[in-house]
Order: sequence, then structure tokens, then C-alpha cells
Amino acid sequence: MNENYILIYSILKRAIISGTPLLLATLGEIYTERSGVLNLGIEGLMAIGAVTSFGFTLITKNPIFGILIGILFGILLSLIHGFVSITLKGNQTISGLALTMLGIGISGFWGKAYIGKSLSERISEISIPFFEKIPFIGELIFKNDPLVFISWILTILMWFILFKTKYGIIIRSCGENPLASDSMGINVNLVRYYCVAIGGALAGMAGGYLSNVYTPMWIEGMTGGRGWIVIALTIFSLWNPLRAILGAYIFGGIYILQYILQLRYKISPNLLLMLPYIVTLIVLILSYEETVKKKIGAPKFLGEPYQKEEK
Amino acid sequence: MFVIEKRKTFTKVQNFFLIIIFIVLSLIMSSLIFLLRGLNPFFVLTKILTSAFGSFYGIKETITKSIPLILCGTGLVVAFRGKFWNIGAEGQLLIGAVMATWIGLFIGKNLPSYILIPLMFVFGFLGGGVVGLIPAILKVKFNINEVITTLMLNYIIENLISYLVYGPWKGKTQYGFPYTDNLPKNALLPIIKGSRIHYPTLIIGFFVALLIYFLINKTKIGYEIKVVGENPYAARYSGIDFLKVTLVIMLISGGLAGIAGVGELAGIHKHLTYPYQISSGYGYTSIIVAWLSGLNPILVLISSLFFGGILVGGDIIQTTFGFPFATINIFNGLMLFFIAASHFFINYKIKFVKVKYE
Amino acid sequence: MNIPLIEKLEMRNIYKEFPGVIANNYINFHINKGEIVSLLGENGAGKTTLMNILYGLYRMDKGEILINGKKVNINSPRDAISYGIGMVHQHFMLIENHTVGENIALYLDNVPIIFPEKSVERKLKEFFEKFKFNINPKSKIYELSLGEQQKVEIIKILLRGASLIILDEPTSVLAPIEAEELFKLLKNLKDEGKSIIFITHKLNEVFKISDRVTVLRLGKVVYDGDINSVNEKDLAKLMVEREIIFNITKEKKDGNKEVVLSIKNLYVKNDKGLLSVKGVSFELRKGEIFGIAGVSGNGQRELVEALTGLRKIEKGEICYFGKKCEKFDSKIFRKFNVAHIPEERTKIGVVPNLNVEENAILRVYDKEPFTKGFGLNVKKIKEFALNIIKKYNVLTPSTNIKIKFLSGGNIQKFILGREIETKRDIIIAAHPTYGLDIQATRYIRNELLKMRNMGSAILLISEDLEEILEISDIIAVIYEGEFLKVDRKENFKIEEIGLLMGGVKS
Repeated sequence: MNENYILIYSILKRAIISGTPLLLATLGEIYTERSGVLNLGIEGLMAIGAVTSFGFTLITKNPIFGILIGILFGILLSLIHGFVSITLKGNQTISGLALTMLGIGISGFWGKAYIGKSLSERISEISIPFFEKIPFIGELIFKNDPLVFISWILTILMWFILFKTKYGIIIRSCGENPLASDSMGINVNLVRYYCVAIGGALAGMAGGYLSNVYTPMWIEGMTGGRGWIVIALTIFSLWNPLRAILGAYIFGGIYILQYILQLRYKISPNLLLMLPYIVTLIVLILSYEETVKKKIGAPKFLGEPYQKEEK
Repeated sequence: MFVIEKRKTFTKVQNFFLIIIFIVLSLIMSSLIFLLRGLNPFFVLTKILTSAFGSFYGIKETITKSIPLILCGTGLVVAFRGKFWNIGAEGQLLIGAVMATWIGLFIGKNLPSYILIPLMFVFGFLGGGVVGLIPAILKVKFNINEVITTLMLNYIIENLISYLVYGPWKGKTQYGFPYTDNLPKNALLPIIKGSRIHYPTLIIGFFVALLIYFLINKTKIGYEIKVVGENPYAARYSGIDFLKVTLVIMLISGGLAGIAGVGELAGIHKHLTYPYQISSGYGYTSIIVAWLSGLNPILVLISSLFFGGILVGGDIIQTTFGFPFATINIFNGLMLFFIAASHFFINYKIKFVKVKYE
Repeated sequence: MNIPLIEKLEMRNIYKEFPGVIANNYINFHINKGEIVSLLGENGAGKTTLMNILYGLYRMDKGEILINGKKVNINSPRDAISYGIGMVHQHFMLIENHTVGENIALYLDNVPIIFPEKSVERKLKEFFEKFKFNINPKSKIYELSLGEQQKVEIIKILLRGASLIILDEPTSVLAPIEAEELFKLLKNLKDEGKSIIFITHKLNEVFKISDRVTVLRLGKVVYDGDINSVNEKDLAKLMVEREIIFNITKEKKDGNKEVVLSIKNLYVKNDKGLLSVKGVSFELRKGEIFGIAGVSGNGQRELVEALTGLRKIEKGEICYFGKKCEKFDSKIFRKFNVAHIPEERTKIGVVPNLNVEENAILRVYDKEPFTKGFGLNVKKIKEFALNIIKKYNVLTPSTNIKIKFLSGGNIQKFILGREIETKRDIIIAAHPTYGLDIQATRYIRNELLKMRNMGSAILLISEDLEEILEISDIIAVIYEGEFLKVDRKENFKIEEIGLLMGGVKS
């Protein structure tokens, strides 16, 4: 009985930890896509966030500073994609792929110097007094590293802004009907730039989490396709931050499930490694059914550059 | 003051120069990063280019690496003409390698060469093609973005191969390494002496490029692909069947990558092993090869050669300078950014005008 | 920040030219507070251009705008809005997936950042109490009827402080009951001192609601006065009066001609799910040009799309060459020998990035002699393309360049040529000369007559009344999805057509 208790606790705990980078990056991509821009470069942005934040934490011995740098570089690189997609009105699919390649290339190159190094300063967990004493849930929810708490705060904050404030209406209008938004005096392209930058910041933060907390070292390819799963999660979350938590933790759970299935049922680890990607495909098919039923879909003008009509 | 003006024409010559500018800028910008690690970028660039194109050995290697690029690149030309973003060439190539192993090592190992090898290629084509049909169907039936589906399949297939080489297909003669046994002699592709060039695949690639050029420009299905890609509204006006066209596109695109996989396996590695060693990013690099050739299969032959050289450069970066092979993705990424931006440069020109003060 | 009430707005000597056409030719227009002025005219008369200038969407070449005697510069909709001018377009500027509250919150500039919809709901409540109707602010736009959506547009504009409202063909999307409700609302607004400009082509509405009417024709004002000083016949005459010069003598063909297309009781829905073709029946005969006259937006587009397999049919029968079609889509349509010159030529009629030769075979690529088994007969295709550009005067340096580099007129001539060279039995021509210069226009009309004389059956849809009158044998006037009258051209009087186009059944 006690054994199962510990097992379930571990699964849930690891699900939260594994899901956090997914959650952060998904929140960012939700804003980007809500404004009408498709950013397929998340994988590259996460890699850049991971390597730059690792490097700066190594040098400055301050993980908070390191993650901030990861966020900064995420913003900078995402703006390249923004410029090509929004101002030059280039093909957003190709530009996003370019960003992925660029990010992977730069991080691979840069990270060579960090291979094998480990961080001396780590982000320590925060416990919320009193609440953490609650049996089972206490340690699960109220004792986590700060970025987990930040991810929860961001989820609620970003949901609130998107659905309960004028800023959110503006962002969503740019993705739903840029022409009407423009006719109401909104600078559609500027809003899109902001949202691309937000997406870049959060993807960078997610990468920083991976290299500072999740596996506190740098390994080439450590993002492992998570960036692509984030794209699928954005669809699965129906572009709603609250639902993003659900998707992120389910996927976080899958990563853990792999280990369990391997240990308990001796299933080959390689087959299990396929799990996240197969589930992604299933999730995409299910999401299609849901968007048809609930009549919620992608922002109408997602991926289309906005061109003002000539006078 | 600069003004942005719409262009009235854009000739092939201008297109050529634009591509050259992209390449030069990308080379310069990507070599600049070496500066940050204390290396002279000019030195690095020179070393890469001379190694790839400046020595006999280098040229042989360049050609070797261009073989899978020709096949995958041509397949991607077909896909991109129809605006189907097949990012899954990497995985489709690997399925081809799996097929080659299955037929060459297991099923057909006792067949004579002249039957076995063509059989391997056919199955490689079918394997890659069938795998390619999955994202095609998902797109037409469920409107699911093909970038994600083709990518997810890449990861799934990579893990499938890992499973095979660590598990049921693990070689008995490989000292415990995650390799399959070596393919028997009758399953191996002949090679030009003194090099690694498995010329049957090269010849196939060459003819495939011509064939696909013919297909796109001189057949009905090629015409339908072009119309679907360039103007889906007109395709509807014309009554073209989207499902049929999409399936054909992916059958060809996946199938050609599969052939490339057979070549890599039976010509270079001779056994199945770590997926990344087999596919080496060819599937992703060929995306740029396809675009750089202006989606023209004949020009793919040239851009494949160029990128073969870049990939050799990647090896040099790794062996001589000690940086990961992935570094060449900086160059690839920059090239793709320029290609994405090319829409702007093709349709508009920037003019510098003197502002008159009155 | 309160915007001052517009007591008087004047547009003086407004001149606006587009390539090849003078849209506004020194137009004078004015409106006072508490007035409803109807702006009447055919398509192309210049009404929308004039109002787009007023709303800042276009820049006038010459002229000035004065509000309350003072000159104002309106360079964008933002400027117009700041002066108290609001416009309700034919295509609503609403975000369909958002609620009423969200749309209005987006438009207003004095709502709080957090929970803006609450403030909007309060304002709406006041509004609804005053004007005695109700719309749930939490409903999504797509859930509302078009009449309600239009009301949201009007409320949106009023809450932002507009005292002048421009409505562009507002009843084109409304059912009769909704139109009545709209008129009631407009009258209420008028009593409050708002000024309303009502763009329309429907004569009965003009009399229902206006104080004054300004009639435009070919960019000029032909009448401006009190509504009580005119009647419907006068207005119709003013709108359509012209000298019809018959440049082409038409052979009169006798005898009963073979029916090649028969439409029975056709019902078609538009994109919004409303019926836009309501029970249309007609027969197309060999050697005849059947012209459908009417202001665009009365169901013509949906009718053509239904006939060419691009839109689903709700009810009714389409019979080509005597073959009743159970299922009808663009693939089946391609099998018939029917030419289709589409309304949106660059969007669906050609593939801009393919060259002229490739565009030549867009609808015949799988037919002889252009096909050879799996392959295309490149030589025959090139011959065909060269033939078209020579015969139809298409100006292009070669057949090898991408068709997007050709001018609109040449593209249209090319499409015409491509279609009628291979399909002659039936030609469906939708707005074939829209936006073309005089030469191209004359050329195309001549070609259509030539085909008719050779036995083709031609269905012509055009907003250009002159075109219909010039070349049709039979004319049908379409209004709100129905044919009001179908008869031989000789049996029509010009004013009658004008009245019918305006919805007045004699």
C-alpha cells in the first residue's frame, strides 16, 4: 500500500516537472498563434534557451540570471522569424523551420564547450509553509522549484489577460480577422510582433528550465523534439492557457510512464520512446474531432501574412 | 530615403544572382560564429571549401554525400511544388534502410545480386511511399498540419530502428554493438574503387531527376500537382481531385527518400545501426537542396553537389575543429530564412531615392 | 472626450480617378443633422468611392470636405472616426468568433483594460432601453442574424461618438422584416439629430426612408433634391438613361432553337447560410444570349457557382444538354463542353505563377489533343496558346512568361479565348468586361456575339446595363434571388429595367 502511494506520488511529481517546460512553451505559442502567426521554430528556441542559460549560469553561478539570459535570447531569435513572417510576409512554415535549424545549429556549436560540465549552483525548491504539510498533496503542489510556480502563475495570468482584458481581445482579433481589426485602428503587425516575442521568451524559459533544472547539464539534442510536441499541444489546448496545463502534464506523465512500463513490464525502452510522438499524432486526430464538435478552431487567419490594401 | 516598389518582372538571371547572394551571405554569417570561439572565420571557411571541393578525396566524398540528397531532394521538389510540406524525408529514408535490411539480410539473402538489389530498391520505394501516405491522408481527411505529422513519424521511425538494432535484429557477429549483422555480399551495392560512391544509386538518382522533371513539366499528374500547389482555387475551378494528387505526391516523395535509404544502407553502412548515423540529417538538408534548386529537379543535381560539399564541411568542422556536426545547421537555417524571405525580394525591390527639399 | 455634433457636412468638388476611369467627377454632396440622404446609382456610378473618401479609406485627388463650415483632413478611418463619422460596410467589420461585447470593447477607446465587456454591457443596456430592442451581449457574432449583426455595427459606431453614419447597401443582407426594423431604428436616430447617408440601388427604400436623394451616374451628380419632388419613374430614368448605340447588327435567327441548359426551380444558399437564389427557372437556347441584369449581390454569384459545380444546390434541377444531374460538382462540370469565364479572374480563373501556356489548358489538360496517355502534348499546347494570344489580341511578349505579369485586360481576353476556343456549345460569362478598358470591352462583346451567331448559347451576367442591352437576346432582371421579369429584349423599356433592378415590380 505504501509502495503504491510512493509510486503514484512519484509519477505525479515527475509529470509536473517534465510537463513544466512543455507548459511554458505552449503558453507562449498560444499567444503567438492567437495573434495569427505560426511559429514552428520552438524546438530551436528551446535549444537556444537551454544552451545560453546553461552557459550563463555556469559563468555567473546564478541560475536566475542564466534563465533570464535564456529568455532574452529566445526573444531575440524569435524576432528574426517575426521579421521574416510579419514584415517581409514570407512563408511562415519555412521561416519556422529555419528558426529550428538555426537554433539547433547555434546551440550545438555553442554547447560544445559545456559538455560534461555540471552546475554548481542549482535552483532550490521553494516550499510554501503550512500548506506543504498537507498529506500527499502538500509536497506535490506546494513544494516545487520556482519555475513550476511561475508556470502556474503565468497560466492563470495569461488566461486572464487573453479572455478578460482588452489586450486579450486585441490579440485574438488580430488572429481572427486582421482586416476588421485594422479597420478599428489596431496595428495588427505590432501586436503580432509582441506575441511572437512573448512566444520566444517563454520557449527560451522552457529551454532554460531543461538545462538548469530538469537535467542540469548540456547535452546536444536535449530538447528531444519537445518543441514539436508543443506545437501539437497548442492545438490540443484549443488555444486556451488553462487547457494547456492538462496537455502539458499528460505529456509529462508519458515521459514517466516510459520508465514505469520499462521497469515493470520489461517493454523495450526504444518502443516506449516512441510513445510521446505516437500520442501526439493521436492527440492531433482527436483535436480535429473536437474542433469540429465544439466549433472552436485555430484562429481564422493563422499563418497568413496581413497585407494592407492599396489605396 | 529608401522606397519599396513592386517589381514588374523577375528574370531567371535575377533569380540566379539572388540565390548566389543568399549563399554568400549565409556562408559569411555562419562563419562569423566561429569568431566567438576564437577562430578566424575566413580560415574556417577556406578550410571547409578546399576540403570539400579542393582535393580528389574531398570531391569523392562530396559526390557520395550528394547521392541521398539528389533522391530526397527530387522527392521534396515534387512535394513542395504541391505545397505539401514534407519534413519527413529523414524518416522515409530510414524506412528505406529498414526495407533494405529486411530484404537483403533476412528475406532475400540467398537471392542472386541481380534480383536482390533491384528488389531492395523496390521495397525501399514502397516502404518510404507507404509511410508517406499517412501524413497525406491525415491532411486531406483531418486537415492536420503535415509538418507535425511528418516530423512525428521521423521520431517514431528513429525509435523503431533503435528498437530493432538493440532488440530483435541485433547482430550476432557485431560484438554486442547495436548493429544488425552485415548484409551478405550479394546484397551490397558495387562501389567505384578508391571511393565510397555507390554508383547504382547515383545513376538511379540521375535518372530519377530527369524522370521527375519530365513528370512535372510534361505529364497530366505533374500539371495537377502544380496547379494544386500554386492556386488551390483554380484547382477547384478546374475540377482537380485533391486527394488523388496529395497521395501521389507523398508516394513519390516518400518513395524516393526510401530509395536513398536503400543506397545508404547497402552502399555505405552495410548494416543497420544508430538511426542518426544512417540518415545524418539528409532528410532535413534536402529541404534546402530542393528550395535552392528553385524546385527544379535538374537543378537539384547541382544543388545536391553543393550541399554534399557543405556536409563534408560539417565533417571537417567536427574532425578538424572539434565542433559538433550540427553546426552546419546554422548555415542551413540562415539559407532557409533567406529562402522564406525570398518572396519579398522576388516581388519587391528597394530603391534609394533622393529626397527633394523644396 | 466628446466629439462635437456634425451640424452640416459638405463634400465639395470631389475628384477621384482610377486607372482608366473617373470615379468621382467633381461631385458636390452635403448633409445636415437630422437628415437621411439616399445616395442612389448603379454599380460603377461612384457612390462607394465617394463614401470611401469620406471615411478615409481612399484619398481624393481634388476637392475638400467641410464639417460645420471648417475644412477637415480625413486620411484614414481613424481620422473619420475622430470627427464623428462612422461607416457600416457591406461586409461587416466584425470578428465572427467573438461576442458582441468583445467586438464593441475592441472598437471603443474609453473602456477599462480589465473586464472591458462589463462596461460595454452597461452602455448597451442604456442603449437598448432607449431604442427598445435587445441583443444579448454575450452571444457570438456568428450566432446572430445578419440584421442583428448590422445593428451591432451601428451601435458600435454610435457608442464611439458618431453623429454621421454611412450605410453601404444595408438591406442587401436583410430579410424584409429586418429591413423594416432597420428603418425604424434609423428614423429614431434621425430624431436624435444624427445624420445618415444611405447608399442603395433599391428605389422603394429610397422613398420609405429618405428626406433627400442624390443620384449619381458615371461619376457625376445627376439629381440632388427633396424626396417629395420626384417619383420612382423619374429616379429610374435618371439612373439608367443613356443612348444605346448598337454598333453591331445582330442576325435575327428564326425558328425554335435547341435547349442546351435547363434550370428548374433552383434554390442556392450563400456563404452565410441564407438563400440567395430563390426558385430561379430558365432555359438557355442555342444561338441566344441570355443576359441577367441586376445589381451585384442579388444572387448572381451563387447562381453561377451552382451552375458550374462550385456550390451546392439546395433544391431544384440543373440539366445540361438534356442530362439531368443527380450529383453536380466541378469534376462533373468539367466533362461538359461548357465554357466558364469566372467573375474573379485572377483568383480562380488562372494560376498566376504558371506561364501562359500552362494556363491555356487549365480546363482541358486531360482532353485530346493536349494529352497523350499520361503525358501532355507540349507542342500542341504551345500552338494552342499562341493561337489564343494571336486571335484574341492578348498582349504578351511570349507564352513562356508567368501570367501574373499580364494586365487584367489581357488576362481576361486570354481566359475568354481559352474557354471559347475549346468549348463552344455553352458559354457562361460572369462580368466578362468588368474593369477593362474600352478596347478590350468592345472586343469581348464582339466575340460573344460572334459565338452566338455561330450557334453558341451564352449566359451573360453583368452589372453593366449597357452591356446587357447591347448584346442580349433575352433579358432577365434579378432582384433578391428571383427573376422579376424574363423576356425578349425588344419587349423591355429602359426605365422598366431600371425599376426592376431597383426592386419595383410594375
